[in-house]
Order: sequence, then structure tokens, then C-alpha cells
Amino acid sequence: MPGNSLPAAVELVRFLPETILVLLGTLIMVLEAVTGDRPKTFLGHLAAAGLGLAACAAVYAHSSPGEAFSGMLVVDGFTTFFRLLVYAVGILTVLSSCQFLTRERANTGEFYALVVFSVAGQSVMVASHELIMIFIGLEISSIATYVLAGFLRDDPRATESAVKYFLLGSFATAFVLYGIAWIYGATGSTELTAIRAAVDTQAGREGAMLAAVAAALMFVGLGFKVSGAPFQMWAPDVYQGAPSPVSAFLSAGPKAAAFAVFLRVFETAFGSIGPLWEPLFWISALLSMTIGNFAALVQGNVKRMLAYSSIAHAGYILVALTARSEVGTAAVMFYLAAYALMNVGAFALLGHLTRKGERFQKVEDLAGLGSAQPLAAALFSIFLLSLIGVPLTAGFFGKFYIFKAALDSGLVWLTVLGLLNSAVGAYYYLRVLVVMYMREASEEVPPVEALSGGLRAALLACSAGTLALGIFPGPVLDFVNRSATLIR
Amino acid sequence: MTDTVLFYVFALLVLGGGVLTITRKSAVHSAIYLIISLIGVGGLYLLQQAEFLFAVQIILYVGGVMLLFLFVIMLVNLEQAATERQFNKQWWIALACVLAVGAELAYVLYRGAAAFQFARPSETPPAPGMGNTEILAQVLFSEYLLPFEVASVLLLVAVVGSVIMAKKRI
Amino acid sequence: MPAAVPLSWYLVLSAVLFSLGVAGFFFRRNIITMFMSIELMLNAVNLSFVAFSFQLKQVSGNIFAFFVMVVAAAEAAVGLAIILTVFKNRATLNVDRIDSMKY
Repeated sequence: MPGNSLPAAVELVRFLPETILVLLGTLIMVLEAVTGDRPKTFLGHLAAAGLGLAACAAVYAHSSPGEAFSGMLVVDGFTTFFRLLVYAVGILTVLSSCQFLTRERANTGEFYALVVFSVAGQSVMVASHELIMIFIGLEISSIATYVLAGFLRDDPRATESAVKYFLLGSFATAFVLYGIAWIYGATGSTELTAIRAAVDTQAGREGAMLAAVAAALMFVGLGFKVSGAPFQMWAPDVYQGAPSPVSAFLSAGPKAAAFAVFLRVFETAFGSIGPLWEPLFWISALLSMTIGNFAALVQGNVKRMLAYSSIAHAGYILVALTARSEVGTAAVMFYLAAYALMNVGAFALLGHLTRKGERFQKVEDLAGLGSAQPLAAALFSIFLLSLIGVPLTAGFFGKFYIFKAALDSGLVWLTVLGLLNSAVGAYYYLRVLVVMYMREASEEVPPVEALSGGLRAALLACSAGTLALGIFPGPVLDFVNRSATLIR
Repeated sequence: MTDTVLFYVFALLVLGGGVLTITRKSAVHSAIYLIISLIGVGGLYLLQQAEFLFAVQIILYVGGVMLLFLFVIMLVNLEQAATERQFNKQWWIALACVLAVGAELAYVLYRGAAAFQFARPSETPPAPGMGNTEILAQVLFSEYLLPFEVASVLLLVAVVGSVIMAKKRI
Repeated sequence: MPAAVPLSWYLVLSAVLFSLGVAGFFFRRNIITMFMSIELMLNAVNLSFVAFSFQLKQVSGNIFAFFVMVVAAAEAAVGLAIILTVFKNRATLNVDRIDSMKY
């Protein structure tokens, strides 16, 4: 019974990062209202600083690990890693969107507030150890991103993207919820440790079958959220239509958080019925890699090509999930960090290169960039090479650990098919590089403006991170390996 | 006995309303049938002693959400929409898939429903004399305090989001 | 508990309602009706939650259903705002005609 329901101080510390983010989002909304018509770039810088503060709070919370709020939250290495990852994605997004939003005449505080709220939702998702909390975090993140996708309301592409994202997202949510309902019915709990205990006692009986159906329903829902095949059909339209900085955010933040939930739920709660759900991951991984890469081959639009490539990358990550081992978990975490850096960089820079109104998205529109804008071209090359998985970049080590984890778990066929897919993938990234450096710029395309301020800083940070993870992966890898042990 | 009869009545409302929601051509008719279906669901809550949820279902769902739906339907041009094709060309493929999945779920439930009862019943049976709403309030503000607070952030985001989409000037 | 109506009836009803929602989502072409189908699915989920809650004699299932309703309301507000914006831009709500990006 209730008695003493006041939370202890240490519990508040464990929830400090999310508290900071919510206050920050509210503060930005208030400042937006009181500053009237003044330029709003400083709100972007404020959002970045606040996200940085939340990251410090996450590190501070890491020094007192444990549960909070009657098992709702748990702070451990896994939580801290993903919290830092989504905050970093948030910082890079707000920094790289200032110039873009000014260009599109939509530089308002609401944009930054929504990004901050969405990050807060993802932070709740990755820190929760209870399905209802995970669900509420997922919804905060999703609702904020539905609006972000349609933020440029007068652009028909953006609203189309928003409505498709919204419809498919809500559809997926219903599946996640139905899965949660079945788990609750089968185990009488929604707390992950309790679910695991209940599922363990049922191994080989009918209860296990019910848990497996629940797992399959959740797989469908979360599969939509990470855009894994066969639930990937929304991704190309949404990523292409949304404003580029938002596409950068969508393809990194919510996806990382959804994968964190995948790991927590399937490894912790359904760990003991692993053989029952492993085939789902196997098939989805293979389909995602194949569909993503082969569809990207024929795209003439760079943004759409990156969207298909993000499906393929979701496939690689699903390969590591199929491995069902701690090595696999560590590989997923490392790859998500690498992927966030290179993909946010690529989309953010592309938003700049498509010029006003995002009118020039074709591959040919990038012709001559190498001589006109050497810095931008060099940065874009780094991101593309890392997406291919060339040595000395983060993408290389990411793929290496994923396929190593898969081989350790005996998934030889999946590894072979994955490697073949990576080879196919190299072609469409290289095509962009060739056009950028080998072709002359055409007359009709207006020149690109110079990179400025926040965008430059964000892109340099992304490329530095991509190279650092590729040359010295040690520290991150150590942390990832230590945090890959999930609470059972 | 009364329970069984009431179950059939409400189930008929739920399913009849549901089928008509997805098959009527006019969006207004769909919305009205959806309201009937939702009222049926509310009745089933009442049968299972969830009085609080019944009230919330009527006030929030039927009174709030569905009203919003009807407003939006009236704001958009219905005449033109009604003349367009309402159903997918591949509707029969979709229907076959859905029927297969639905039948499978129903079969699993039919076979395995007994297994759902292995979960332990609540350790602390509710004190006698307390209504459903009181018990709910007590649990909501102790054990589920954090989700309750975080849900308020969700509502804030929804308000901010819908204002952004609807206001005149970005 | 001498439950007159067994749990499985509620669960089967819920499964059928959920499938109806999925079917509606797949073969309706009007965005508003598709969204209504999602509401059907959410109600099916709530029905399961309440049935389990009643069976397990716990109130937590009721609380989950309550949260689902909160989320559904929030989603409806944002979703309908987005739908209105789309209609302003395109003057149609037929998903087959909202496809400017197929190339």
C-alpha cells in the first residue's frame, strides 16, 4: 500500500537527465513567446547547451546505478550509453538545422523544443525497464517527430511525409500495444525482470507459445519503428519528404532508441524463448539488407537513396540482433553510434547541398562539388565512405563486429549474404562520389552557399567522430562491451 | 445469465459497429458507427467492473476524440471525397491476409486461453468496500506515479504539435 | 471466480476487433477512415487489457488501458491537425493521390 510514496533523492538523480530535458523544452517555448520577432538561432544554441547539460547529468546519474520509481527506470551502462547517444544526435540535429531553417524561413523556437521533447521521449524509452513506460516514451518521441516531419507546412512533400509517418507510426503503435497486452495476460506483469521469471517457468508449455505470439506482435510494431523489412515501405517517402535535418534526426535518434528497446525486451524478457523468435530476426535482417541495397541502386534522388540505404543498415543491425549474444549486443551498440554519426552528417550536409526549397536532390545536381566546395565535398566523401564500410572509418569496424558476432553464433549463411550485400551497397555510394569529383557542374544549378557556424561545427564533429571510431575504436568498444550485460 | 446476455448485446454493438465503420462509404457514417462500437466497448468495461474506464471511455473517447473526428470531417470537402474510389484495388488480398491472421489469433486464444491463468493473482486483494475508482487512484499515484507524470509531457507535446500544425504563420 | 462469461470470449472478441481494424487500415483509401481503423485497433487492445485485469484481479490492467486512452487522445489531436494541413495543401484525402515522390 502507498504509505511513503515520496521518491528518494537518489531516484530523482537517476531521472535527472529527463527532468532537465523537459524543463529545457518548456523554457525554449517560453523564450520563443517572449522574444517576439528577433532571430531565433540563439534558441538553437540554448537547446544544444541544454542537451549537453543533460548528457552531463546522465554521466552523473551513471555514478549511482540502480532502479528508480518502483522498478520503472533502471540506470546501468546500457542506459547511459543510449542516453548519451540520443543526446548527441539531438545536439548535432539542432546545430545543423539553424542555417537550414533560416534559409527556409522557418527558424522558430518550436522546432528546437520539439527536438528536445522527442529526445526526452527517447531517453525515457532507453532508461525504462517496464513496458508501459517504454510505450509512453515511444509515443512522446513519435508524436514530436510526426510534427517535425511536417514542420515546413507549406511544402506538400513535407506534409505528405508527415501524414505517412503518422499513419504507419500509429498503426505500428497499435501492434506494440497488442503485444504488451498479451504479455501482461500471459505473465501478469509488465516489468521486464518479472516477465522473464514468468516466461522461464513456462518453457516448453502453452504459456511459452502465448509469449512467443506476444513477442511476434511486438516485433511487428518495433520493426516498423526501425524500418526493418517487410515493414519498411514508409521510410523512403518519409525521409525524402521531411526537411533534411529532420530526416537526419529520424534516421538516427528514434531508430537507436527503438533498437535499444528491441535489445532490452527481447534479450531480457524473452531471452529464454530465443529459438522461437530468432527466425523472425533472421528473415527480417536478410529482407532489409536485400531490399534496401537493391532499391537504392536504381534511385536517382540522393535523399531517397540514403533512405533506402538506411533500411539496409537496419538490416545489418538486425543481423547482430539475430546473434542473441553479448557480443551481438555490443556490436549493435557500436554500430548504432557509428551509424548515427555518419548518417546524421550525410543527411544534414545533403540538406545544405539541395539549396533553397530542397529543389536539387538528384545525383547529377552534385556534379562539380569537388572543385566548387572542397570542404563540403570532402566531408560528404567521409560519410559515404564510412557508410560503405571502408577501413579507417567507423562503418568498417561497425560491420566487422556485427559479422564477427554473427559468425560466433554460427550464422554463416546470414554473414555471407550480408557481406555480398555490403559489396552491392558500395556501388551506389561510389556513384555519388564519382559524380561529385569527376563531372563538371551544369549551368542551370545555382551555386551552394558556404557552410556556416553551427552546421560547420556539427559536420566537423560528425566526421571527426566517424574517423575517431574508425581509427581508435578501443575506448568506445571497451565501454560497449562492459555495458552489454543486460539486467536479467 | 444476465452477464451472458449483456455480453452478446455489447459484442454485437462492437462488431457490428466495427464492420460498418470500415465498410461505409461516407466518412460521417463511419464515424457514427465507430461511436456505436466504442460505446459497446464501454459496456464491456462495465461488465468487467471497470467503472472508471467506462466513464473515461464515454467522456474522453466518445465525447472528445470522436467529436474531434466529426469536426475535421466537416472541415474537409466530403462531397468530392465520396465520389472517389474508397477501397484499395488489392482489397481481397489484404482481406485474405487479415482473415488468416485473425483466424490464427482466435485459434491460439481458443486453445491457449487456459494458459493465461498461470499468472499469480494480485498479492494484496483490494480492501472490501473500496470502489474501482478509489483503488485505481491509489495505485496510479503510488506505483504508477512516474508514468502518470511522464504522460503529462506527452500531452504537452501533443498540444504544442497540434498548435504548430494549425497556426497561421510558422 | 464464477465468471459467467469466460476470458476467452473477451479475448476472441478483441482479436476479431483488432483484425477488423487492420483490415480497414489496409483497404480503405481515405486517410480519416484509415485513422478510424487505428482507433478500432486501440480499442481492441484496451479490451484485452481490461479482460486480463479482471481475470488476474489486478488493477494495473485498468491503468494501462487508461494510459492507452490518454495516448490515443494525444495522437488524435496531432494526427487530425496533420490531416487538415495535408488537405489544405492538396485538396484531397485519398492516399493513392498523395504520392508526389514516386520516382
